[in-house]
Amino acid sequence: MQSRAHEFKQRSATALLDPELKRAMGKAKGGFQQKRRNAVDALPEFEALRQAAREIKEHTLHNLDFYLERYERAVQSAGGQVHWASTTQEAREIILEICRNAGAKRVTKGKSMVGEEMGINEALEQAGFEPVETDLGEYIIQLAKEPPSHIIAPAVHKTKDQITDLFHAHHQKYGLTDRVTEVPAIVNEARTVLREKFLSAEVGITGANFLIAETGSSIIVTNEGNGDLTNTLPRVHIVTAGIEKVVPTLEDVSTILRLLARSATGQEMSVYTTLSTGPKRKEDLDGPGEYHVVLLDNGRSQMLGNEFHEMLRCIRCGACMNHCPVYQSVGGHAYGWVYPGPMGSVLTPLMVGLDKSFDLPNACTLNGRCKEVCPMSIPLPDMLRKLRQRGHEQRLTPFRARAALGLWAYFAKRPRLYQLATRLGMAVLGSLGKRRGRFRRLPFAGGWTDARDLPAPQGVTFQTAFRKRGSQK
Amino acid sequence: MSAARERVLANIRTALNRTGPLADSVTAVLDARLENPRANVKPAVDGEVVQQFLSKLESVHGAVVRVATMEKVSEAVDAHLQQNALSPELVVAPDPLLEDIPWSNRFAIERRAAKGDDRVSVTAAFAGIAETGTLVLLSGAESPTTLNFLPEDHIVVLKVERIVTHMEDAWARLRKERAKMPRTVNLITGPSKTADVEQTIQEGAHGPRRLRVILVG
Amino acid sequence: MPSSNENGALTRPHVGLFVTCLVDLFRPNVGFAAVKLLEDAGCTLSVPEMQTCCGQPAYNSGDATNARDIARQVIAAFEEFDYVVGPSGSCMGMIRAHYPEMFPTDALWRGRAARLAEKSYELLSFLRDVLGVECVHARYEETVTYHDSCSGLREMGIKAQPRALLGQVNGLTLNEMNESEVCCGFGGTFCVKYPKISERMVADKVQSITESDATTLLGGDLGCLLNMAGRLKREKSRVKVYHAAEVLAGLTDLPPIGDPK
Ligand code: SF4
Repeated sequence: MQSRAHEFKQRSATALLDPELKRAMGKAKGGFQQKRRNAVDALPEFEALRQAAREIKEHTLHNLDFYLERYERAVQSAGGQVHWASTTQEAREIILEICRNAGAKRVTKGKSMVGEEMGINEALEQAGFEPVETDLGEYIIQLAKEPPSHIIAPAVHKTKDQITDLFHAHHQKYGLTDRVTEVPAIVNEARTVLREKFLSAEVGITGANFLIAETGSSIIVTNEGNGDLTNTLPRVHIVTAGIEKVVPTLEDVSTILRLLARSATGQEMSVYTTLSTGPKRKEDLDGPGEYHVVLLDNGRSQMLGNEFHEMLRCIRCGACMNHCPVYQSVGGHAYGWVYPGPMGSVLTPLMVGLDKSFDLPNACTLNGRCKEVCPMSIPLPDMLRKLRQRGHEQRLTPFRARAALGLWAYFAKRPRLYQLATRLGMAVLGSLGKRRGRFRRLPFAGGWTDARDLPAPQGVTFQTAFRKRGSQK
Repeated sequence: MSAARERVLANIRTALNRTGPLADSVTAVLDARLENPRANVKPAVDGEVVQQFLSKLESVHGAVVRVATMEKVSEAVDAHLQQNALSPELVVAPDPLLEDIPWSNRFAIERRAAKGDDRVSVTAAFAGIAETGTLVLLSGAESPTTLNFLPEDHIVVLKVERIVTHMEDAWARLRKERAKMPRTVNLITGPSKTADVEQTIQEGAHGPRRLRVILVG
Repeated sequence: MPSSNENGALTRPHVGLFVTCLVDLFRPNVGFAAVKLLEDAGCTLSVPEMQTCCGQPAYNSGDATNARDIARQVIAAFEEFDYVVGPSGSCMGMIRAHYPEMFPTDALWRGRAARLAEKSYELLSFLRDVLGVECVHARYEETVTYHDSCSGLREMGIKAQPRALLGQVNGLTLNEMNESEVCCGFGGTFCVKYPKISERMVADKVQSITESDATTLLGGDLGCLLNMAGRLKREKSRVKVYHAAEVLAGLTDLPPIGDPK
């Protein structure tokens, strides 16, 4: 997918003016947070699981080559094929090749963020295939020709009325001419339209929440059942996964599964957790005849060796964005690429380049809520700060901000000069602001006073007043 | 071996400060970890496991009916059909457990994989997990996976002795009873649902609208 | 060797007051409130002259070099004291959580930073957790609501301490607002770099404050309080804003933050 992360400022400004977005985000936020809270409170072992999950992932990452090779071997012995791709370009070519060999026309898709990374839908369309997103949220945004705005609730930015309009515009060709305005009817209509697609697709592409080295299984976790129809009905099943998705054993994945749904939606388990291992067996009555896994690196092995390696623990639960006040304000599209919110603000610079996304790690108050809720204990704020450091070193910070910071630091490192300057400055500001107690406008403080008044200083600095008191005592 | 494969593995090894694969002595330890999987943290499951299984399943809107013997399954299925005004056409998984049931001759029964317009399927569960009210279904000649997803009503027969406490217990049984992983293992926790329209939960997204468990024993 | 009380705290500890740059410049009253509270609790107090700021603006902007220089200055100015205390969870969180990680390759300064970090505390949590202060002598007859500033809450575990102390103030009623733990949109330089996003966040916060029906907003970090007070004023709200220390010390003769004399 083409990155528009460099347009964050404009895109977030537009988003803030969108009343529909505000309504949609407002509705979603409280639910996600409360449900997670309830689920975590109901599980006394949550913290212990979190610790265990972190250890499992760290262990796996430290031996990643080994586990990937064991995984590959297990897939092969179950009759499946593993394809490796360093770049999204390589991954797209592999997938197109498999689709061509399958003589495919229609390709159903389960939700896959790695698929978004690859821009697989555009590639399939350009090559003459018909990709059909089957997760309801993904389907909605596919109709709207938009990227997802959330990693587990891709259409969270859409209101029901907007979905009604979309369905009305796109479903008439199937003879469905009534406007569906209520949730059950909307869901039903999608079920009807997509059922047909499921049954006629030649290839099904899903993502993977986990890959298991022990068994060679790929796991998807869904609520709708679309992923299962995608990986069972077509002749060919393709799994796309990042190389960090591997975990050693079924026991290990059990531990992490206990965190995933609780953190994402507040469920104890999602409705469908499905393990796929190779193609259908000789004796099976259904299932795909071919099973392919496309393992994508795309910058991940780089992260493994640097200060961002903890990001590879991410299980894509979305809790960080559900609790991020910036994400809640601007929505996912403002971030301009596949991954929004705090995890996206770390991943996007690492995957598409810091110079093309420098706003993302900066547009954060470092309030720490994401880190607090992250089931994998990823220190997201620290990583954002590290990205700012990289940006500072690479001189990506805008000139004015650098100059202002430099000037401030010059004084801050010279306490006596600083105290002299601030004593004078505060005396002036204090007397100017005395009458109203605040400023509505102030030169050089537009960023502040556009949004709020600036309370006036008392007029004397503490250092001055305290010394005076001391000498009077 | 593809060039990309070698590139990715080499990059990983460089990142991990290594020049080649792990030493044999290290892989031996890791292989042992794979061969003797250990459970990590297992949440306490309060109370009796069958009770726990039932209450968890009901909390996710799975409907449960408990019958004493396999002979009673047919009746329970019939009750479900009547309750939901469904016609007595069933697609039953060709599982020996289900073949032995004395089915009421009111039913028209087919034994096969599912088709797009099947209304009701009956399958057998490999296990039930009390911790979360989850059903474990395995694919195979006797249990086509499509039966778990295409029909609107999915009826699952579960024998009470197949209920285990934790997910890890189900894996242990799977390793013991099956020589290798089936193509598909479905962990099912309630009927299909979606919250993609304004986070309103709606059941019956793409999979079954109703999940009915008949617990036997 | 100074003696200790049952909390393990020194009985008459020598405390270096880290004033914080915003208190120094905008609201000295908070500094005097800190002085009063600490002296009342039996501390000997010093205010080193060689202090300006904790360096957070540089650190959070990615300017590690300047941040380190400033950190060294703070360490040198404060390491002689038994404790370092400041009326801000954010600045003290900077010293406590971040100073030690700023010197990964310099064992000497890493050690000095770690030793300083260990004895650095935010004011209200210091009073409560270290000194074991049970009661304060103050009166404030208003319904207040308390905003949990992010760094204090998440880096320093400040949540119960200010509420316990405020519970001792005569006449004061606490009405919790919804989402008291959600960021107010200040975020240091964030609020001027991304003013529109910050505006939405502080507007949401002001809505929570208003809905709490409190007549006064309290908090433990002046940055957040200036932000929220400024927005309350912009929206013509009559809610008064004080730093919690001012109320606890009974120093509320001064007009609230952002109000005229
Ligand atoms: S960073 Fe943490 S909270 Fe965010 S999606 Fe990843 S695992 Fe979930």
